Amino acid sequence: MSFTLKINGTSHEVDVDDDTPLLWVLRDVLGMTGTKFGCGAALCGACTVHIDGAPTRSCITTIDTVGDSAITTIEAVGASPAGRHIQQAWLDLEVVQCGYCQSGQIMSAAALISDNKTPSDDDIDNAMSGNICRCGTYARIREAIKHAATAYAGEAK
Amino acid sequence: MLNNAMLNTYAPAQPASDTPAPGLSRRSFLTASLAAGGGLLLAVSLPRFVGEALAADGPFAPDAFIRIATDGTVTLVMPQVEMGQGIYTALPMLIAEELEIDLAGVRLEHAPPDGKLYTNPAIGFQVTGGSTSIRGFYEPLRKAGASARTMLVAAAAQMWGVDPASCDAAKGVVLHPASGRRATYGSLAEKAAAIPVPKEVALKPVDKFTLIGTPAKRLDVAGKVDGTATYGIDVKLPGLKVATVAACPVFGGKLKSVDDTEARAVKGVRQIVKIDDAVAVVADHMGAAKKGLAALKIEWDEGPNATLSTEEIVKQMAALATSGPAVDDKKVGDVAAAEAAAARTVKATYQMPFLAHATMEPLNCTVHVRPDSCEVWVGSQVLGRAQATAAEVTGLPAEKVTVHNHLLGGGFGRRLEVDSVTQAVKIAKQVDGPVKVVWTREEDIQHDIYRPYYYDQFAAGLDAQGKVTSFRHRVVGSSIVARWLPQAFANGLDFDAVDGAAGPYAFPNLHVDYVRHILPEGFVTGWWRGVGITHNAFIVEGFVDELAVESKADPVAFRRGLLANDARARGVLDLAAEKAGWGTTLPARTGRGIAVLFGFGTYMAQVADVEIGKDGAVKVRRIVCSVDCGVVVNPDTVKAQVQGGIVYGLSAALYGQITLKDGRVEQSNFDNYQALRIEEMPEIEVHIVDSREAPGGMGEPSTAGVAPAVVNAIFAATGQRLRQLPIDPDRLKGA
Ligand code: FES
Ligand code: FES
Repeated sequence: MSFTLKINGTSHEVDVDDDTPLLWVLRDVLGMTGTKFGCGAALCGACTVHIDGAPTRSCITTIDTVGDSAITTIEAVGASPAGRHIQQAWLDLEVVQCGYCQSGQIMSAAALISDNKTPSDDDIDNAMSGNICRCGTYARIREAIKHAATAYAGEAK
Repeated sequence: MLNNAMLNTYAPAQPASDTPAPGLSRRSFLTASLAAGGGLLLAVSLPRFVGEALAADGPFAPDAFIRIATDGTVTLVMPQVEMGQGIYTALPMLIAEELEIDLAGVRLEHAPPDGKLYTNPAIGFQVTGGSTSIRGFYEPLRKAGASARTMLVAAAAQMWGVDPASCDAAKGVVLHPASGRRATYGSLAEKAAAIPVPKEVALKPVDKFTLIGTPAKRLDVAGKVDGTATYGIDVKLPGLKVATVAACPVFGGKLKSVDDTEARAVKGVRQIVKIDDAVAVVADHMGAAKKGLAALKIEWDEGPNATLSTEEIVKQMAALATSGPAVDDKKVGDVAAAEAAAARTVKATYQMPFLAHATMEPLNCTVHVRPDSCEVWVGSQVLGRAQATAAEVTGLPAEKVTVHNHLLGGGFGRRLEVDSVTQAVKIAKQVDGPVKVVWTREEDIQHDIYRPYYYDQFAAGLDAQGKVTSFRHRVVGSSIVARWLPQAFANGLDFDAVDGAAGPYAFPNLHVDYVRHILPEGFVTGWWRGVGITHNAFIVEGFVDELAVESKADPVAFRRGLLANDARARGVLDLAAEKAGWGTTLPARTGRGIAVLFGFGTYMAQVADVEIGKDGAVKVRRIVCSVDCGVVVNPDTVKAQVQGGIVYGLSAALYGQITLKDGRVEQSNFDNYQALRIEEMPEIEVHIVDSREAPGGMGEPSTAGVAPAVVNAIFAATGQRLRQLPIDPDRLKGA
């Protein structure tokens, strides 16, 4: 089957089975390897992308369900103010260790602060609980989200 | 070939000191030459252990290179790989400190497992692991930096016809203040290559450091926040196919037959590859490969392990604990006499489960086999071994195998193994063009090389005052060393299994011994973050806590009494206790526990505050960690490593266990092999002792310290002594 996908503002034509997970279309068909594979079963969040702004596990999102929704990946999340603030906070607070989970963490975090510029600890727990980090960067992730949200809120005023 | 780096990596921890540890050779560690393409090239070699396979006075074998190019750029070429531990930042700091350049001026290159590029073939066996990176390089890299600076200054002085002592070096420039002359390092690099390497160089005293000890920014992170960093799994090549694999679910089993009719019909599937114990589906993308794999009808020859279970293994180990044969590790005084004279003896059995690593990036390896060469793309902690296995499988000489190393999406010891490389090369031999073999998470968890199961027994004698008069510890477990580093498996003793088996304590009468448990063929155990110390710290610190209770002593005071001769250990113990508010009252169903350890040259104590729910659920509220890891190269990295190590250790303490049934691993993904999540994250405080001792490792100790602190806190809260991991909330219900 042929599908036309809107990814990071560009249209891409792909020819794959309709039950192919979006993750593999991004990574292997289109070569956008910033989105990571961790579990393939919506358990770890490494594959998180935005579909019409909502954080979505691309490993269980089959290509036939995407339609003409707008997909945003880690490669382009920095184009949105929320994504840019999150990336900057991640660098400023030295969140990253091995880095492998961080694409997914950043996508989840950017979605959170774009909706909620004053996230509480509970809000952060809810938004980020699905993202595993085996290197254990959670404390810095929490701090960086707060930093980014504050910077973003300040800018929006 | 095995060389020093091996032993250096997993040798039992030596007390940290500024002089080379006993047994280290002092042969020349530095050579200089003209770099290919111009500039100065320094080759640095690490201290070697004498008496080990590679003769200590053998040919000069460099472990890293420093290149100062004619444009002034300084490049450190080294085999150490970045797994998230910040090593790409810390090692350049060591050079920059003495070379007098800005940290930003140092670039990093991976050393490929082919030393010929740098004129010497012997980079040998490259390893990152066991917290050795800083420990091994601390002195050599500073000396290399100081030597290079001395040579650059000498070159400038020669050119100007002045005394080198009248010149200064700063920020990549040599200055002659008297005449105002200046020359950049780049302009001097080629001249410096002709200057003899100084025999002795003075190193800055610790209090003159301007860079070491500052929270320098990590050099490797920018690409990790925008998706551009390339891990092994991200390799892209023209014509690349993707494969996923199913190995026989029973360890040691073989592939009998496979019906691939349906798999072949899946769109995008290109080829089904059979090897003796696995089958792979090669496709245009992983989605098709997985779908194809699911469509295969596979028959396995399950072999002799088809009924293997954890219960059976534990039964064998329990029998071995009694029957032996045991090999002595440490014997001090007369344990039998002390036990006979003791007022009381306390005995206990502790157990730790098999564990998987579950690195965030599942195992993967990309291979292109051609008739006369082989290329491998992988994130590995052991490039030399990756190259060797590819050579063996293809029958090519090692120099025809090129290994391209990549960032590692977590190592934790898993990438010290090359089983997945061997398998990928076997598959690639049957594929035309490059193929990336990616394991599913299920494959990754069910075909790991597991942390051994340990079954340990203790007996301690106490006198009438509750003082420990004797301490006996028998370790039963499979030997990692015997398989992974056979020449270090001396007289049946696995040095790693007994590393830290008496904790940091001085017992007047002590007996530590080891019984090796042999696992069935095909079921393999290996290094896991924190290695021997993670096992022994849990077990020893749990038991010592029991002894404190038996002696009706405060756990901190009791430990302090056993550490009379070890000021650094007492230092971290007291610091953690003080910062945690040891002795203050806690709310109901909350407990506080402590653990102290020495490992990898580092002293550490952790105090855990835990709260137990009515349902037995354990919530770890806070960990206060004190650490004396000698001179701190990058305090921010130390803190990050402590935080990360605690999360890894806590995941294992709360959830981690691999169990076998019918020869198969019962766990498969993060739903049943759980990892700590953000909402479970305790508050972590890190207190670093200001120390001038040589740096200790920081990648491992915090993983080791957290489980015993938590289990001791659970006892404080509930009176339930847990002698087995993972923590079983059922035992804490209503407690
Ligand atoms: S890979 Fe999609 S959630 Fe883990
Ligand atoms: S940074 Fe390594 S898994 Fe999160």
